[in-house]
Amino acid sequence: MSDNLTLPAQQGSTGASTEALLKVEGLTKHFPIYGGFPIKRKVGAVQAVDNVDLTVGVGESVGLVGESGCGKSTTGRLITRLLEPTGGKIEYAGQDITHANRKKLAPVRSEIQMIFQDPYSSLNPRQTVGTIIKSPMEVNGINPAGGREKRVRELLELVGLNPEHYNRFPHEFSGGQRQRIGVARALALNPKLIVADEPVSALDVSIQAQVVNLLQKVQEEMGIAFLFIAHDLAVVRHFSQRVAVMYLGKVVEVGDRDSIYNRPRHPYTHALLSAVPEVAVDDETENRERIRLAGDVPSPISPPSGCRFRTRCWKAQDKCATEEPPLLQIGGNREGHLTACHFPEEPSIEARSEDVVMDPALKALEKDGNVSKD
Amino acid sequence: MLQFLIRRLTGAVVIMFLIGAFTFFLFYTVPQDFAALSCGKNCSPENLAVIRENLGLDKPLPTQFWEFMSGIVAGRDFPQGHCSAPCLGVSFESGEFVWDSIIDRFPLTLSLTVGGLVIFLILGLGSGLLAAWKRGTVVDKIVSGASIVLSSFQIYLLGPIVLGLLVYSTGIMEFPKYYNFTEEPGAWFLGMLIPWVVMATIFTAQYTRMSRSTMIEQLQEEHVRTARAKGMRQSYVFFRYAWRGSLIPIVTILGMDLSALLSGAVVTEFTFDLAGIGRLAVDSSLTKDLPVTMGVMLFGAFFILLLNILVDLAYAYIDPRVRLS
Amino acid sequence: MTTLTKTEGEKAPTGPDSFLSVRDLRVRFSTEDGIVKAVDGLSFDVERGKTLGIVGESGSGKSVTNLTVLGLHNPKTTTVEGEILLEGQDLVTTPEKEMEKLRGNKVAMIFQDPLTALSPYYTVGRQIAEPFMKHTGASKKEARDRAVEMLTKVGIPQPRTRVDDYPHQFSGGMRQRAMIAMALVCDPDLLIADEPTTALDVTVQAQILDLLKDLQQEFGSAIIFITHDLGVISDMADDLLVMYSGRAVERGSVREVLREPRHPYTWGLLSSMPRLGGSTSQPLTPIPGSPPSLLNPPSGCPFHPRCTFTDKVSGDRCSTERPTLGDGRAAACHLTAEQKQTIFIDKIQPRLR
Repeated sequence: MSDNLTLPAQQGSTGASTEALLKVEGLTKHFPIYGGFPIKRKVGAVQAVDNVDLTVGVGESVGLVGESGCGKSTTGRLITRLLEPTGGKIEYAGQDITHANRKKLAPVRSEIQMIFQDPYSSLNPRQTVGTIIKSPMEVNGINPAGGREKRVRELLELVGLNPEHYNRFPHEFSGGQRQRIGVARALALNPKLIVADEPVSALDVSIQAQVVNLLQKVQEEMGIAFLFIAHDLAVVRHFSQRVAVMYLGKVVEVGDRDSIYNRPRHPYTHALLSAVPEVAVDDETENRERIRLAGDVPSPISPPSGCRFRTRCWKAQDKCATEEPPLLQIGGNREGHLTACHFPEEPSIEARSEDVVMDPALKALEKDGNVSKD
Repeated sequence: MLQFLIRRLTGAVVIMFLIGAFTFFLFYTVPQDFAALSCGKNCSPENLAVIRENLGLDKPLPTQFWEFMSGIVAGRDFPQGHCSAPCLGVSFESGEFVWDSIIDRFPLTLSLTVGGLVIFLILGLGSGLLAAWKRGTVVDKIVSGASIVLSSFQIYLLGPIVLGLLVYSTGIMEFPKYYNFTEEPGAWFLGMLIPWVVMATIFTAQYTRMSRSTMIEQLQEEHVRTARAKGMRQSYVFFRYAWRGSLIPIVTILGMDLSALLSGAVVTEFTFDLAGIGRLAVDSSLTKDLPVTMGVMLFGAFFILLLNILVDLAYAYIDPRVRLS
Repeated sequence: MTTLTKTEGEKAPTGPDSFLSVRDLRVRFSTEDGIVKAVDGLSFDVERGKTLGIVGESGSGKSVTNLTVLGLHNPKTTTVEGEILLEGQDLVTTPEKEMEKLRGNKVAMIFQDPLTALSPYYTVGRQIAEPFMKHTGASKKEARDRAVEMLTKVGIPQPRTRVDDYPHQFSGGMRQRAMIAMALVCDPDLLIADEPTTALDVTVQAQILDLLKDLQQEFGSAIIFITHDLGVISDMADDLLVMYSGRAVERGSVREVLREPRHPYTWGLLSSMPRLGGSTSQPLTPIPGSPPSLLNPPSGCPFHPRCTFTDKVSGDRCSTERPTLGDGRAAACHLTAEQKQTIFIDKIQPRLR
């Protein structure tokens, strides 16, 4: 694989950079809902993203995790400006791009690229791989040294595809290879930031690792910053230096990898981590806390008042309903580890003396005492 | 549900008004002297003026429009008498009220539609279901093949063949004729039988193909497989689960076909020399009898809107996701 | 920290206790492109009240196998050979009428996506009550009461009113609970769960998995749990079958297979997936290449084109000779037992840290 790229090689892998490449403040997106009688009017809004703060440093990889409906994908689409924000501010390299028009956005567009979840539908089936990868260069009028075609071949080789396959069509490739094509297309313009929205979740387990490794290589060797959006906590942990956890449109906790995965404070982060099924390759993995929430995530159309997690939280008190907890570095957190919670948990993921079981069905079945806990 | 119905009906009234306005301006703003058309060849200026006044053509256009529209709602007075609502004007040719001539023809069109409908629904859906049930077998191949052959037939081809066989050469049946249903139901039935069968044959072929393919699609649905995994009988799964889902596309097409048939089955009427709405529409258009053309058009538009609402109600009945959202 | 423990001599699962025995199952579909060998010589046993996990990627034949057990394959395009013995009765030759009596009664199934697997046209209560009425002859009233009881059991709030809801009025997790209620309504001896939590969020998945485990204790059903997720299987199953290209490549207790895997494919799966407790300093070790086509599977061992250890086997046995899977704890691989152990301890285990 060729490493002699035309990209400036940066040392991106060494922890969070202090220099912010992307700065998001109070980002909000509400999708209006129309209805009513007799005249249709706006009757409400899906509060998909609500007041989100997020920073991505130069060359840094930031993970964004959460369950469906938490607004992580919408956040990604707002940052790449595929969606128009309702409120807040997006700053890229010191430049406010929140409502930048097409013309103003053009130079930024080439620096922020996106990789999508579904490698089947995000590639035009009627175009050859060469055309697909070349088109961002054509649109942006970029003429690399040696011509576009040479650059495409370089990119194909970089992502681990045969450069001879330049003239093939997407359907001739497997799922993993198609996602590689998506990566090559994203790299075509030498981006500084890649927003990857569930880039591996449509792939088979054995193929996922290939793509994760490729992305990691790209991130580390080319110093490209990543916003890695995924629901798979283990993949995010593997990839990201810093991680933000979202719930119902809000960031509830953000911090470096170790803080989030080993010293989480927000009850939701605890619940999320505890819910991940782990392969028991040794005895250690079995000493994890067990938290089982009740029910599903509430609707983002009318989210709970105060703390949005309170309706499913075992620590919720009256204060949680009236007062929204701010995202702060609460006592006991390390530098840069922010938690939005009035009654945070202990910074440990070890098994508790008593499991937290909120689900009424599980509670009932397990109270009978006929169920062994493991 | 009631809210939905009120909303749809209000919408339909508004659309009817717009269609009325649209057709009015389309027809009355064309540079043509309708009075002259109505007056005929040996037309004296005096006659022309009288006709003009009778038709209301001497008044300014907005007044004419107002009279036309209010006539539909409230009726209108003409020299030959009061034209009660819904008044669609007076024919240039016959001097009859347009509404009266439409209503005159409607029983035939209705008979033709309903009779054909019963035949093609029973045969079309039945054979489509049979083919889907026996998918891949000889039965399926025969049914599918026949439906393809028949759907490429046309009424004006099939009609004369059937007439030739049953009427002209053998005399088994009489030439189709419309009898009043309430007075002579037996004659009515025999008189309409050939047009029904010929028209229904073409539709049957279409409905066979459609119901077969939507059924086969539905049978692949996961929830149909779940029903089988529960141990439900195959026929139960077929009729309760798969059939329910395939009703949606069938009802959609049926609504469109019915509104077309009710506003006049032109080819069928001409083939069997029947004077229905379709005949009226074509005749009026050939003689440039514009009030009649417009009336028939509005009449057809009414059925399109009506059936649209009925189809939506059917959706709500079939699919709770529509009903409860 | 773990060290490799010696095999604990568990007996082969082919005991008198196994009430489902699949023997040399072969399932082929004819398609426009040719014959798809979806399942090719598969044997396994399920013990009463235990959970057998079947893990594999897309196209490994794991779902097809279980549709075949219930006879839900399309008989016109599918040929099934071999035996599926349910308490001695061969389901392959059982006529459709008899199968209808078994389905939903003795053997029930839970599907992956509860949104598409439940009919949008009927209430949840009706869909749960239907098999109960059919198999027990209960009246409408009794079946409805039973549906409410089942909904209560699976944790649907206000079951008396929600029984009349339609599936689209339920959330994703609730739909899967309703699906479980539907599958368990006749107290089946065997429950086949085909990726039952793949479409769900992780916190909901955890609830559903625990619910299944708790209900299994109450109902005493055996479960065949199909998934691509080794984490889920580790949580759920007693025994484990690893499938690749329509064949079983490794079998044993979950503990054995996940802690001392013996097949290169299992090694590959384990070392290619990131874990919460794993190291983040080293890259993942993916399995090279992509899964084989079932139209034209590789000769010999189906995994050989992607295997990194073929050079350790003398001659070209890997590409010419199909390795067999023995009874009990076994892996279908030409490597010797010592080779497997040394490779695992030296090369694979360090990656799983």
